[in-house]
Amino acid sequence: MNKEEIEKIIFNSLKQIAPDTEPSKLSPDENIRETLGIDSFDFLQFIVSLDEKLNLEIPEQDYGKITTLNSLIIYLTQKIK
Amino acid sequence: MTYREALKQGIREALHADGRVFLIGEDVGRYGGAFAVSKGLLQEFGEDRIMDVPLSESGFVGAGIGAAIAGMKPIVELMTVNFSLLAMDQIVNNAATLLHMSGGQINVPVVIRIGCGIGRQLAAQHSHSWEPLFAHIPGLIVLSVGTHEDARYMLAEALKSPDPVIVFEYTSMLNSEKEIPANITQVDISKTKVRRVGKDISLITYGTGVYKCMDAANELAAMGIDVEVVDLRVLRPLDEETILASVSKTHRALIVEDAWKSVSISSEISARIMEKIFYDLDAPVLRLSGVEVPIPYPVHLEEASVPQKNDIINAVKKILNHD
Amino acid sequence: MIEFVMPSLGADMEDGILVEWHKKKGDAIKRGDIIADVETQKGLIEIEVFEDGVIEKLLIEPDTKVPVGTPLALINPTNKKAETIISTDAQKEASHPIAEKEITPTLNAVGVNKKIKISPLAKRVATENNINFSTLLGSGENGAITKEDVEKAIAQKQKSLANHEASGTTTEDKTKNASNSIRAAVAAAMSKSNREIPHYYLEKTIDMTKALAWMNRANKERSVKQRLLPAALLIKAVAISLREVPELNAIWDNGLQIKSDINIGFVVSLRGGGIIVPAIHAANLKTIDEIMSMLNDIIPRAKALKLRSSELSDSSITITSIGEGGADSVYGIIYPPQVAIIGFGNISEQPFAENGMLGIHPLVHVTLAADHRAIDGLTGSRFLTVLNTHLQNPESL
Repeated sequence: MNKEEIEKIIFNSLKQIAPDTEPSKLSPDENIRETLGIDSFDFLQFIVSLDEKLNLEIPEQDYGKITTLNSLIIYLTQKIK
Repeated sequence: MTYREALKQGIREALHADGRVFLIGEDVGRYGGAFAVSKGLLQEFGEDRIMDVPLSESGFVGAGIGAAIAGMKPIVELMTVNFSLLAMDQIVNNAATLLHMSGGQINVPVVIRIGCGIGRQLAAQHSHSWEPLFAHIPGLIVLSVGTHEDARYMLAEALKSPDPVIVFEYTSMLNSEKEIPANITQVDISKTKVRRVGKDISLITYGTGVYKCMDAANELAAMGIDVEVVDLRVLRPLDEETILASVSKTHRALIVEDAWKSVSISSEISARIMEKIFYDLDAPVLRLSGVEVPIPYPVHLEEASVPQKNDIINAVKKILNHD
Repeated sequence: MIEFVMPSLGADMEDGILVEWHKKKGDAIKRGDIIADVETQKGLIEIEVFEDGVIEKLLIEPDTKVPVGTPLALINPTNKKAETIISTDAQKEASHPIAEKEITPTLNAVGVNKKIKISPLAKRVATENNINFSTLLGSGENGAITKEDVEKAIAQKQKSLANHEASGTTTEDKTKNASNSIRAAVAAAMSKSNREIPHYYLEKTIDMTKALAWMNRANKERSVKQRLLPAALLIKAVAISLREVPELNAIWDNGLQIKSDINIGFVVSLRGGGIIVPAIHAANLKTIDEIMSMLNDIIPRAKALKLRSSELSDSSITITSIGEGGADSVYGIIYPPQVAIIGFGNISEQPFAENGMLGIHPLVHVTLAADHRAIDGLTGSRFLTVLNTHLQNPESL
């Protein structure tokens, strides 16, 4: 799975929980939750959605490693490998 | 024309119009009236028509009532409302009741003019607003002369009444000058008069309150508040129809009077509004009345003892929650 | 015969539009069935029935806007006790049980609130035009509602009705309208609360070390879908604390009425602005997992404005939680006719002194805003203390 595919899955998941936003306009180093106004519940839904689509579990202690688009993509790419 | 002159012309006209009319009271002849209302009338009409009497209110009011029963048309002048209490027995127990007690046989067409109100530093001996005392009594017609046109033309109508009429005149207004519109030659003493048409609130008043309310209404108009001024004019029997129609339209009422607040004209009107048109009210009915003390002598206290223009303006703003 | 009426889904609801019937004349229904969809300020709500029976008659056509309390349908109850017939009085009697048991508590508190100042004229005009004046702001002397205020409300109502009827409204318009009307509903309820309820505020800082450690341990054993959030823990802790301090689990309607069911309203912020407060019924009887799965179900639907009537009624206390990364304290405004609201700030690491030692602990500022007509500070303080005790023993939650 390449970077573009992962990015697309991320955008789809974000769009689901925050339909009024445009995730594809996020810049790579912006804090996703702050920029899109995502609360704890939305974030959990987001993690659940990634889990379903990529079939991988993100443990709670890793939440701090996935705050920006860039770091999330890197994290997911490593996980999938 | 002054209010005094208007009254005098009304009396003179009545004396000319009907030979049965005569004026009787303390100092009305040689002295020209305690407030100079009848000055010169003795010379013009003679002692049979302008009658000076001893200082006995009960005596000469009784004489007037007797003359009225006997077919004359007496105008009795009581110098000030304070002294009217000495004649109360004659007014209440005779004038007001005889028609009823004679089974409708005896009318008492007497007119009693009473000098009333404050404003000339005459203190508690010669001031006071006791219209409510008289308006309480069935059998009397009670008028309040709040404007120059009423001063000029009310007397003629009062003399047409088959029943006793009490006319309250205001000593503080005697020197005030106002033009009487040329088209007015008659007034209706059975009707309350809307002096100014407005839509936001009804100012209901009588006597000295009328011009104060008109002045207040003009100032309030500049603030965008459209006030209706209702001059009661007849305090008994109340012209309920006109009063209620005004308040039904504006949905708010402020009643202004010089009389003491407790058990007054304003309490009566307030009660009737509540009884008849409660569901038309958009705010509680408020009242501005005289402070419940004997009228004081010093001019600043005298002024403070009755509602003034600014009190009226402030009360209206309060009711409308303006500013 | 039972009258099935337009329910009141909170003190701020005046009317609703019956959008669609899910049942027709002659259909058998049982308690909990969804009988109709109603559009309210809080979105499209599925309305449930509270009685078993048979639909005798549908009284209101779809796409009709009716005030709260208007009969929508007649239901012939299966339960013969509440049987049919007879005088209108008997009919009223029969209809009361539902109305009172399930719907009217909030309605009553609003409808017969003696504290509302309204002029006789304004009241008359409001009644003639079906305006619920309890939520209006008075512009008259001492905040009295005047005819002008009512006329504004009528104009507003006609406007929103016209908006609704205007054909071809896009979904975007609809969402915008919904968010406008939610804004108006929040404005009315909060103004009323702030005007009428003498709030007092208490605050306690609670150490969340043990609670979070317990939760983290629990989450490690769970799949992503079953993970817990602190909110579930906090709701449960509040619910069982209320068992010990029941005075806060109540409504004020000319006196304190303590509620036996602990139904916790949980404030959900909408993405477009505004809030909606679904209820978690009998939270004290549910496990933390059950509460969490309820939240997972109810919050996305709340945000999409797709709740059921029962989820919007009957809450007896409210919790508002700022969540991760937000403000440290929140001082709530009570949702009438309730008597208390509990606020949780952001859980954050702070210096904390314990047993003479200073350490870094995750702390949360918990606030309580309560109605001083109904309860006093001592009771409120007792509640916060009890809540603290429970949060220090998370395994027993």
